[in-house]
Amino acid sequence: MPDNLFNKVWKLHEVRKLPNGDSQLFIGLHLIHEVTSPQAFQMLRERGLKVAFPERTIATVDHIVPTKSQVRPYSDSLAEQMMSEIERNAKEFGISFYGVDSGKQGIVHVIGPELGLTQPGMTIACGDSHTSTHGAFGAIAFGIGTSQIRDVLASQCLSMQKPKVRKISTGGRLGKGVYSKDVILKIIQQLGVKGGLGYVYEYAGETFDSMTMEERMSVCNMSIEGGARAGYVNPDQTTFDYIEGKEFAPKEGEFEKAKEWWKSIASGSSAEYDDVFNLDVTNLEPMVTWGINPGQAISVTENIPNPKDMRADERQVAEQALSHMGFEAGSPIEGTKINVAFLGSCTNSRISDLREGARIVEGMKIAPNVRAIVVPGSQQVKAQAEKEGLDKVFARAGFEWRHAGCSMCLAMNPDKLQGREICASSSNRNFIGRQGSPQGRTLLMSPAMVAAAAIKGMVVDVREVA
Amino acid sequence: MSNVTQVAGKAIPVRGNDIDTDRIIPARFMRTITFEGLGEYAFYDERFDSQKKPKKHVFNEKKFSGASILIVNKNFGCGSSREHAPQALAKWGMKSVIGESFAEIFSGNCQMMGIPAVIASEADVKSLQDFVEKDPELMVNINVEEKKLSYGDMSFPIEIPEGKRQSLVLGTWDTTGMLVQNLDRTKKLVKKIPYLNKFG
Repeated sequence: MPDNLFNKVWKLHEVRKLPNGDSQLFIGLHLIHEVTSPQAFQMLRERGLKVAFPERTIATVDHIVPTKSQVRPYSDSLAEQMMSEIERNAKEFGISFYGVDSGKQGIVHVIGPELGLTQPGMTIACGDSHTSTHGAFGAIAFGIGTSQIRDVLASQCLSMQKPKVRKISTGGRLGKGVYSKDVILKIIQQLGVKGGLGYVYEYAGETFDSMTMEERMSVCNMSIEGGARAGYVNPDQTTFDYIEGKEFAPKEGEFEKAKEWWKSIASGSSAEYDDVFNLDVTNLEPMVTWGINPGQAISVTENIPNPKDMRADERQVAEQALSHMGFEAGSPIEGTKINVAFLGSCTNSRISDLREGARIVEGMKIAPNVRAIVVPGSQQVKAQAEKEGLDKVFARAGFEWRHAGCSMCLAMNPDKLQGREICASSSNRNFIGRQGSPQGRTLLMSPAMVAAAAIKGMVVDVREVA
Repeated sequence: MSNVTQVAGKAIPVRGNDIDTDRIIPARFMRTITFEGLGEYAFYDERFDSQKKPKKHVFNEKKFSGASILIVNKNFGCGSSREHAPQALAKWGMKSVIGESFAEIFSGNCQMMGIPAVIASEADVKSLQDFVEKDPELMVNINVEEKKLSYGDMSFPIEIPEGKRQSLVLGTWDTTGMLVQNLDRTKKLVKKIPYLNKFG
């Protein structure tokens, strides 16, 4: 049977079948951060185990780092303790660490690609569900728990059951003001937040082919929000061009050989899949979430749906969503007043996201009573943006310009919503309490839509603003 | 590592689809380098208001105290990969969880901790939730070995992937030892992976 990329990469990394029926899968690249790794190192110590392949693990800090000032020690003593712990672990076990003084620190899913660590055909694991991001390169990338981090540290392997593969095939080009974020929100709306259970998603077809690497990363990033543990795009010239010249990319001479191999692992035109889903994005409009999971999304021109019209297993969550959000079924989402605008997160904090946001706010001012922050995904993204003067554009418009980190996506640092604030957010999760206030409310949308909402003080159709 | 052939105890219904790990343990409680003490933060924001006054939530109901089996609905544990979620529930007292379906990272994390996450039909799960609601003292028995759940004189079949079932029953659910044992084979495989060998 002609294999898809997933099956080829899986086979290549399979050490053996385990007695429990799983595969022992070798992990080519292991990324760690400060929140989910300390317990794993502690377990290693307790068992007297070493890190088997320390050169295959890379560490950084993103979740708890403050974004206002990166000067140590942090005012939050718990954050300071976590920071010291990952430094100690990296040193003790011989792991490369990109801390805040490296100039290369940032959200783990932003720095992997920008350093050229993330490459096609790899297996990648990280104690973070958005590890699926790296699939944009044609890698197989899984989010894992802390006990699994321990396994990878101790053996560079995971015990895993092979998932099924669903091809998501799209046709059509995106219209003006419509972005890859809108595509993935549409896919999750269509297939549901449980639709991907048991599957890995292959994103294929005209729409993904014409996307940049950063756009593909935003799509793959949110695979997990659709229940799929991983998602990928087949590597092509766009992928190779992005990687070439990056710090850890194969060097001259080797690069040509790498390219040949990368091409060979892509799914062929006759590759087979366990399932196929087709989507035409020609008429796709900017998307906004109205509820408490990323599947509860509509076009900005649509009205909030009525739970009564939904399937029984979605109705209860929809009713809970309306109650939490304080929204009414049948009313438009456009015009919803916002208090906070957050441009950042592993989904949308890369240079192209910041450029697009800056283009929209240039020469404008954010609405009174709106708090707006831009949090670049990495120190390198921040430096590039400053070189282009984007920081000034944002600052003139009234945005706060911050240091790199996860920030208000999950509010483990001081960046939080207060009370019942509503946030227009370029992040990936609108779960209850996600942005730091148990009553807080999140509207997920593209960075351009966030920028437009900040200017108007409400949800607007970005196509009418810029 | 212990054999987990069955889990018996009082149960607690946690109703609702798509209950995410941010709700199970809000991120601010993960500012820690251990899993100790997480039990008191399980479902914290659903159990307490901003003045720390208890709200209406099954975890606050006295009649369910001492329960060790969670009965949940669809896609439980979706969202973040944080093992802090099952760790918090385990520290609270969870020894097994039965549901209509689970997010995969969550059920995988449970397995890694030796906690059976088992699946049953919507009808069986909902009727068990109703039964336990009415009779919280009801003893529920999850028989992992025979893939059967029983309470009173009732029983219904449960599902768990065969490999996971065997590992629990044989007490081999902690995978580290098994993976480390194969280090020589792993090193041999490394020699065949193009990107680890200059693409030669």
